[in-house]
Amino acid sequence: MKSKIVWFITIIICFLLQCTILNLISIGSITPNLMLILTVSMGLMRGRKMGLWTGFFSGLLVDLFYGSLFGFYALIYMYIGFFSGYAHRIYYDDDIKVPMVLAAVGDILYNFAVYGLQFLLRGRLGLHTYLFRIILPEAAYTVFLTLIVYRVFRFINYRFMDIARKESESMWVIK
Amino acid sequence: MKNLKRKIHFRINLKSKHLLAVMTLFCVSCIVATFASGAATAPLQEAAGLVVVPFEKSINRIGQLLSVTRQSLKDKQELISANEELQNQIDNLTQQNNKLIQDQGELLRLRELYKLDAEYADYPKVAARIISKDPGNWYDTFMINKGSNDGIRVDNNVIAGKGLVGIVTEVGPGWATVRSIIDDSSSVSAMTVSTSDNCVITGDLELIDEGKLRFEQLYDQENKVTAGERIVTSNISEKYVEGLFIGYVNDVEQDSNNLTKTGTIVTPVDFQHLKDVFVITVNKQDSIQQEASSEE
Repeated sequence: MKSKIVWFITIIICFLLQCTILNLISIGSITPNLMLILTVSMGLMRGRKMGLWTGFFSGLLVDLFYGSLFGFYALIYMYIGFFSGYAHRIYYDDDIKVPMVLAAVGDILYNFAVYGLQFLLRGRLGLHTYLFRIILPEAAYTVFLTLIVYRVFRFINYRFMDIARKESESMWVIK
Repeated sequence: MKNLKRKIHFRINLKSKHLLAVMTLFCVSCIVATFASGAATAPLQEAAGLVVVPFEKSINRIGQLLSVTRQSLKDKQELISANEELQNQIDNLTQQNNKLIQDQGELLRLRELYKLDAEYADYPKVAARIISKDPGNWYDTFMINKGSNDGIRVDNNVIAGKGLVGIVTEVGPGWATVRSIIDDSSSVSAMTVSTSDNCVITGDLELIDEGKLRFEQLYDQENKVTAGERIVTSNISEKYVEGLFIGYVNDVEQDSNNLTKTGTIVTPVDFQHLKDVFVITVNKQDSIQQEASSEE
């Protein structure tokens, strides 16, 4: 129960920071995607289900306040959380390189999903501009931010939340 | 008894991929529902706003405090020279001011004579402060710290000092979200001032960096519209009140159909550093209804 409360508060705090503080540190009007980092790291540290729920609620908050289609961002974040959950079975979460790679891939996928579903379908064809103006800079900045905040998330996970039983999901252990 | 207890403590324990399928279905149905019918998520928004908005307001206030302290640490020498400069300016300005006061009196008199009230000085306005921006980089929507308690409603127009900023899309008791006109999904019906030709202004993400907007479907057979032409919101717009200033024409191009023209507009509003805005609390639909009822 306690870990659920901590988890939920973490999501809300990340959303608040994303909408306020992160806009202040944006470079060239590009803001890093903190909620994506949270989703990816929860998937990595606690498995597919937790990644899925984290992504769902992060996306839902975005949808509630800023989305035009209710459920759109929830869907995208949810899938990213779910797939980063596969890394939970393969990697240990004490190596900073894994979440960095996951954040980069996740952010690029997320932006391609937004572009493909909301811009391309309205006939905006300038992928080249969008790729070099938004998608790649955002991915780079997000990876940089991962370096800093992943340790915080990991601390929260081990200090305030129940231990996620890695063995139960691992395919290497015979049950 | 034990059986009963087991029944009560029954928990749904789905496999993660089944959970994913269920939640996907849920999200897709939500998307379809909002897309098809515009189903209102207002109660959910209000509940979430109750939790989130107070924090956003306080974070914003802390940010302001920080910027104030940063400014107070400015170099002393800089301040002294600035002071001297300002003193000179005051002298100049008092002189100018005296002249302007005279002009103002004249203006007032003339206004009364010609009954030429400035078009949008009359609209009731509410000042608001931007407290947060949308989390992504694709769209340009922001949240302000006033809501339905201050008389703000959906479709209210938002302006900043010099021109049109956007339109209110969602509103809660103490907050409202605004979609700016540079947002890629925004479009505004507008007209040129000199010739009253109609056109449509759309935001374009590819032009945002240059602070420009795109205009389309300008029907101008006599080639009167040139760079520098003023563009305002049109009289036939459904959601924007008439005569709000949008920007100056930057360049004009003939479309391949030889009938209409497209081009770009420069907006006077600095969207990058926007902090305070004014919300016009009258909707276009209100004024239409009012006129209809007064005619009856």
